Amino acid sequence: MRSDDTGLLAREPGETSYLTEGTTLRSWLLSTDHKRIAILYAISITGFFFIGGAAATMIRLELFTPQGDFTTADEYNRLFTLHGVIMVWFFLVPSIPATLGNFLLPLMVGAKDVAFPRLNLMSWYLYIIAGIFTLTALLLGGVDTGWTFYTPLSTLYSNSYVLLAAFGIFVVGFSSIATGINFIATVHLLRTKGMTWMRLPLFAWAMYATSLVMVLATPVLAMAMLLICAERLFGLPIFDPRAGGDPVLFQHIFWFYSHPAVYIMILPAMGVVSEIIACEARRRVFGYQFMVYAMLVIAVIGFLVWGHHMFVAGQSPFASMIFSFLSFVIAVPSAIKVFNWTGTLYRGSIRFSAPMLYALGFVGLFTLGGLTGLFLASIPVDVHLSDTYFVVAHFHYIMVGGAVSAFFGGLHFWWPKITGRMYSESFARFAAITLFFGFNFTFFPQFILGYLGMPRRYHEYPPEFQVWNVMSSTGAVVLAIGYLMPLGYFAYSLLNGKRASDNPWEATGLEWTTNSPPPKHNFLEPPVVLTEPYAYHDWDEAPGGADETTQDEPA
Amino acid sequence: MSAAPILVEPFEEPERQREAMVFGLWLFLATEILFFGGFFFLYAVARMQDPDGFARGGAHANLLLGTINTILLMTSSATLTIAERAARDGWMRAARWGIIFTLMLGTAFLVVKGFEYREDLAEHLFPAAPDFSFAGETGATRFWSFYWFITLVHAIHLTIGLGCVARLLWLERQGTLARRWMVAEVTTLYWHLVDIVWLLLWPLLYLVGR
Amino acid sequence: MLPEASTLAPAVDRIFWGLVGLSVVIMGVVGGLVLTFAIKYRRGTKAYRGPLPDIMSREVEIGWTVATLFVALFIFWWAAAAQLPHFLLPKKALEIHVVAKQWMWKVQHPEGVREIDALHVPVGVPVKLEMTSQDVIHSFGVPAFRIKQDVLPGRYTSTWFEAKEVGDYHLFCTEYCGTDHARMTGTITVMEPEAYARWLAEQPHGEDLAGEGAQLFTALGCSACHGAQARVPAPSLANLYGSQVVLADGSRVTADEDYLRESIERPEAKVTAGYPSTMPSYQGIASEEQVVALVAYIKSQDGKRSQAR
Repeated sequence: MRSDDTGLLAREPGETSYLTEGTTLRSWLLSTDHKRIAILYAISITGFFFIGGAAATMIRLELFTPQGDFTTADEYNRLFTLHGVIMVWFFLVPSIPATLGNFLLPLMVGAKDVAFPRLNLMSWYLYIIAGIFTLTALLLGGVDTGWTFYTPLSTLYSNSYVLLAAFGIFVVGFSSIATGINFIATVHLLRTKGMTWMRLPLFAWAMYATSLVMVLATPVLAMAMLLICAERLFGLPIFDPRAGGDPVLFQHIFWFYSHPAVYIMILPAMGVVSEIIACEARRRVFGYQFMVYAMLVIAVIGFLVWGHHMFVAGQSPFASMIFSFLSFVIAVPSAIKVFNWTGTLYRGSIRFSAPMLYALGFVGLFTLGGLTGLFLASIPVDVHLSDTYFVVAHFHYIMVGGAVSAFFGGLHFWWPKITGRMYSESFARFAAITLFFGFNFTFFPQFILGYLGMPRRYHEYPPEFQVWNVMSSTGAVVLAIGYLMPLGYFAYSLLNGKRASDNPWEATGLEWTTNSPPPKHNFLEPPVVLTEPYAYHDWDEAPGGADETTQDEPA
Repeated sequence: MSAAPILVEPFEEPERQREAMVFGLWLFLATEILFFGGFFFLYAVARMQDPDGFARGGAHANLLLGTINTILLMTSSATLTIAERAARDGWMRAARWGIIFTLMLGTAFLVVKGFEYREDLAEHLFPAAPDFSFAGETGATRFWSFYWFITLVHAIHLTIGLGCVARLLWLERQGTLARRWMVAEVTTLYWHLVDIVWLLLWPLLYLVGR
Repeated sequence: MLPEASTLAPAVDRIFWGLVGLSVVIMGVVGGLVLTFAIKYRRGTKAYRGPLPDIMSREVEIGWTVATLFVALFIFWWAAAAQLPHFLLPKKALEIHVVAKQWMWKVQHPEGVREIDALHVPVGVPVKLEMTSQDVIHSFGVPAFRIKQDVLPGRYTSTWFEAKEVGDYHLFCTEYCGTDHARMTGTITVMEPEAYARWLAEQPHGEDLAGEGAQLFTALGCSACHGAQARVPAPSLANLYGSQVVLADGSRVTADEDYLRESIERPEAKVTAGYPSTMPSYQGIASEEQVVALVAYIKSQDGKRSQAR
């Protein structure tokens, strides 16, 4: 497999892959190949990630000093709205599912493509159209409502481009619905011979659970955004308190989507981490069945906890109690997963490759993020902490420390499969460690700020908070450098990287049985699955090991 | 007898392909149900808070045109089902006429709706207009906000449905409908959903004030 | 460190630090295990790598699931039980009215003293805040007291605190409310009761709230129908506050602040049984502060309560 050629598209004579099937722009933009669509998505979300990251950098620069000296109040409000909207809907939600998921799910279940390839391409176009709407709103002067679009601020009082942004989010919702439908149908109907439900890799299960949430939650967001558009455009007074509307009703519909959306972001990350840890520890995932059930339970209970965002919004104490209770319950399956990842390391043979460093970092950061979630589920503590930097730190631990770490880990882990090239392991490890420390340096001080009472979305703050803000902003510089590094060594890998073998990590899973990069139809022969997942060793392991597996062959 | 269906990537068996299309469409219908569910939730909350206001507002909805539209849509569901069954069994003449009738009924619905909107506007029933009949009345204002919002959303759905049905007619003209009757099957499923949503809206919007 | 300046604060902090302790323990256990395994089982060591011991079975998995569930439920119970007393508003309290608007806090003491972006309260006295907003959603947050409550347009929300340490504390708007959200801050000054009384006496006194409401009651024309001599059929407002009102549709509501306010702004929404729905809406006619004063006046039209005041 070694050759001294340079360039991504140069192959050995006679060898073809999805990358060499047509090299024109048109062959990419009209491709229905899930692998090419994954690449299209990867390029676009990277663009949005750096736009959102630039906004974050300016936010942290402003917060170096207590005075509002770097930006005006209006500019600052537009910056954090932009950061939230872009990062949530244009980066985090599509990040793992639309790139790694799109690329890997058909490979993992042994299919030629996703169930509806054209719908898949349409999903990317919807994403781009939505992105254009949102970026237009940004170029015209931005939106200043916060990513949460709370009424009546967003409907009656804001003079910014809410309509364009809300419509953009409405459209991007359809792109995630399309992805979700595709993944569910793929897992149900396109598993290859021998790929029973309990032989699915956990990443495939994660995609399945995520898709369920996408399909069931996103329409409610669509309705919320459309109602905002209707109120702004036609003046239909649905949330306007002066005409008898109820502004808090908006929060209910909004969080009915947006809390499950957190699980759209974190479930795929859990899938990625399970794959990496099992492979790099050479161990079957501890408690495979429990891992599956935990993900499904998270997906279901995730729909029932939205009210914990509204403990101080004037909802009835009775409702607060119930939402608090359910929020504690959902902590259990998340804890189970952390224990099981730890258990997987036991008696393993651990290699500290870059993906593994990201995965181990994920376990730590996700645990801390999850534990601080308990603070916010406790009503009296939440009353004190809600809308402070504690909340900001908490969800960044889950979303950046959790989801983004896992995304980077997954990107490194499957990079050889996607591009057919190896990256520089030492640079990658250095970046992973930089990101881990930069991240903690940035966000840990925010927990303290939050406890001390600093409210979020303040561009000016009392001077006693400055020391922690300076610490956080300094960490953000480290973090920003960490995020730029992979651009460099990945670009080098594309041009000059060593050729990757088909299975450089000696991992299990169907995606590693085909070429790197895979041919157009993924497998030359339809694969047949004969072993349990994660067969890194030849003995069975309770609990939920091979002996427990049911025998439901797909039709 | 149905003709051998045309296979598309990534399927290898016709039965599996049909299963996937129907399953995928049902998933889409699930999203639609949740989408409209968000609206029905708002409607329920608002109406419980002020049932009288809703009744006062609802009394001004045009029951006659609403009912005519209900009948038009119900009939169109029947004609499209006939067309779909006919296409599956290779009876293309019936399929063609079923599709044409459906298109006509669907268009008639939109035309009647247009007339109804014109009357509503003439009666000052648009809440954002300065001369709104129920200005200052909570329940009736909310009712009419919902009325405009949801009937417009429904009309957009119906227009998309008309596009899909028109595509069936085009497939029939191309002569491929007999081998792609699954397309007719999923189009019919979607059409039925649009129909059922209307069937729920009819009592909620037209019968509430009577 | 953040002062514990209200009677509620120690209870909140107890749970907060309890959770910090729990987090440290769990992070310690998970982190310790990961580190231990990472060192012991790193590739190339001579550690045993065979099958798992029998004890690591399905039962272990169920065991730690149940244990986690118990811990979670225990914390829920602990936190919820601590919150319950705070849900109940104290019966006898200094009642302060707060009207929020972009981007300031307007505060009215019962004696009629007004403040902007500041609130003076006596130490050791329960203070109840009756709050509403003129425009968007705001939130009244005082970190030193560990309280926070969203302030909604078109509705009253309330919260309470009892300060226990003299001093100046931050008041923040903690719900994003537009351009100058970060400047919608103020100072809560907690004073000794005597100092508070002195301060109160030094302030320019307006009419007290109920008195102001009484003037508005005539000025806005309310008395033409609801007054004692009125001949128009309109329900009497004496002893109304807190009573059960039978509505035209047969249902009952309690005449609380929200009901009174709604009936002033949107009279057709809940019509008292036996009366025609003829009252015009006062929305936009009576300002937010005037509505507050009118409600205070109606509340004072209560034999027993006005004695107590």
